[in-house]
Amino acid sequence: MNKLIVAASCALALAAGSVHAKEWKDIRIAFDVPYEPFEYRTPDGELTGFEVELATAMCAEMEANCEFVEQAWDGMIPGLLARKFDAIMSSMSITPERAERVLFSKAYYNTPGGWFGREGMDVDVTDMAAMKGKIVGVQRGTTMDTYVTENMSGTVTVKRYTTADDMVLDLEGERLDLVFVDYPVGEQTILTRDGFKEVGDTVKLGEGVGVAMRKRDADLAEQVNAALETLKNDGTYDTIMKKYFKYDIKM
Amino acid sequence: MTELITQWLDQHDIFTTTTMLHYWGGLVTTVQLVFLSLVLGLVLALPLAIMRTSRNPLINGPVWLYTYLFRGTPLLIQLYVIYYGIAQVEGIQDTFWWDIFKAPFYPALLAFTLNTAAYTTEIIRGAIIATPQGEIEAAKAYGMSWALRVRRILLPSAARRAVQAYSNEVIFMLHASAIASVVTIVDLTGAARDIYSRFYAPFDAFIAVALIYMALTFSLVYGFKRLEKHLLKHLKPANG
Repeated sequence: MNKLIVAASCALALAAGSVHAKEWKDIRIAFDVPYEPFEYRTPDGELTGFEVELATAMCAEMEANCEFVEQAWDGMIPGLLARKFDAIMSSMSITPERAERVLFSKAYYNTPGGWFGREGMDVDVTDMAAMKGKIVGVQRGTTMDTYVTENMSGTVTVKRYTTADDMVLDLEGERLDLVFVDYPVGEQTILTRDGFKEVGDTVKLGEGVGVAMRKRDADLAEQVNAALETLKNDGTYDTIMKKYFKYDIKM
Repeated sequence: MTELITQWLDQHDIFTTTTMLHYWGGLVTTVQLVFLSLVLGLVLALPLAIMRTSRNPLINGPVWLYTYLFRGTPLLIQLYVIYYGIAQVEGIQDTFWWDIFKAPFYPALLAFTLNTAAYTTEIIRGAIIATPQGEIEAAKAYGMSWALRVRRILLPSAARRAVQAYSNEVIFMLHASAIASVVTIVDLTGAARDIYSRFYAPFDAFIAVALIYMALTFSLVYGFKRLEKHLLKHLKPANG
């Protein structure tokens, strides 16, 4: 009896699979606008940005008609599940919690973590002996926090902050020797001030950002992954990336 | 025994030995911070309260201004001003003061002490003002000097009236100390926030810390009950 049920459900699943395995020709993709430089509107109202251009290139590669939808962040996953759109390309980091509800493509970008300090701070951040006793600030719960906690907690003193602003104030006030923060955040809040600089190389952490789709749309995910793979290899991805970033975010 | 506890704890996802030690570190910091600020605050508040009852505006006025400022603004703002304000003072990083104020503990201790001293001053002042005029007249009739009157009559009598209000202040101070975590101090709340962001489990992390705060509060309440019983023994009904 049990075997029969298993066989029957297998047959059903196969049948269902073959029914759904369609070529996706019309895809609605959601962005949370604005999130510069990933998605934003130009002064004359045109939607653009790194992810928007990547999505356009991806759709051309898939030979699909894409419609771009604006959706506020809070309603992203609910909107996807309610079929208001078919994919999210809005800087959604791949996490195990989210992966329980949506299907992620392979990661298509990852912003690195960057080390920042005051002018005159010269230390090799990978040299544990040189880092000994340094006071390092991180944002609580970020991938940078996890990295420092797991790899350096015996060497450096870790201070955790809720907001980046508080952390920069303490770096300015010399309570911190270094901060380790998401590179774009550091670029905007630290490097824009006088007397601060980047220390050492950027570090890639975490699983990166992926296209989120409904779990049932495995066929769409397959097409998306194939298209992204092509773009990464034929140079299209690099061209778009260089337009928006001075550093490497490719994954 | 320790091994048994370690083993039992490590079966949990969140409440492992590591997180328990993190909570323990937070508990020690919270108790230190609250205890020290309360002791220092009380020591400050006694002379201030006596000054505050003075009829001379030159003595009374500055103390009034101080309590008005510190009771009129949120403790969080005071903490921010002291913690970030000190770091902005030109050249302080090169003086010996920076050794003290670089770590977040002392700025927080200063803010908490000044805050609780302001409230305690007003509590004691209220108790002093309520001293029955007859007690003071009787002391004067005995020929007691002002200092002797304050020491023997005014303060002991005021302490009895102040203790209930003061026990509230102590408990409020314990709870207010939760904001120490915003200036990177890993107190009980700071530990809970770390554990929450690590496991994405706000409920478990904060319920655990709430229970610890509750245990602390109840031991404080019990301690003050005993103290009240001792101080107000003479008011108990004879056959009670």
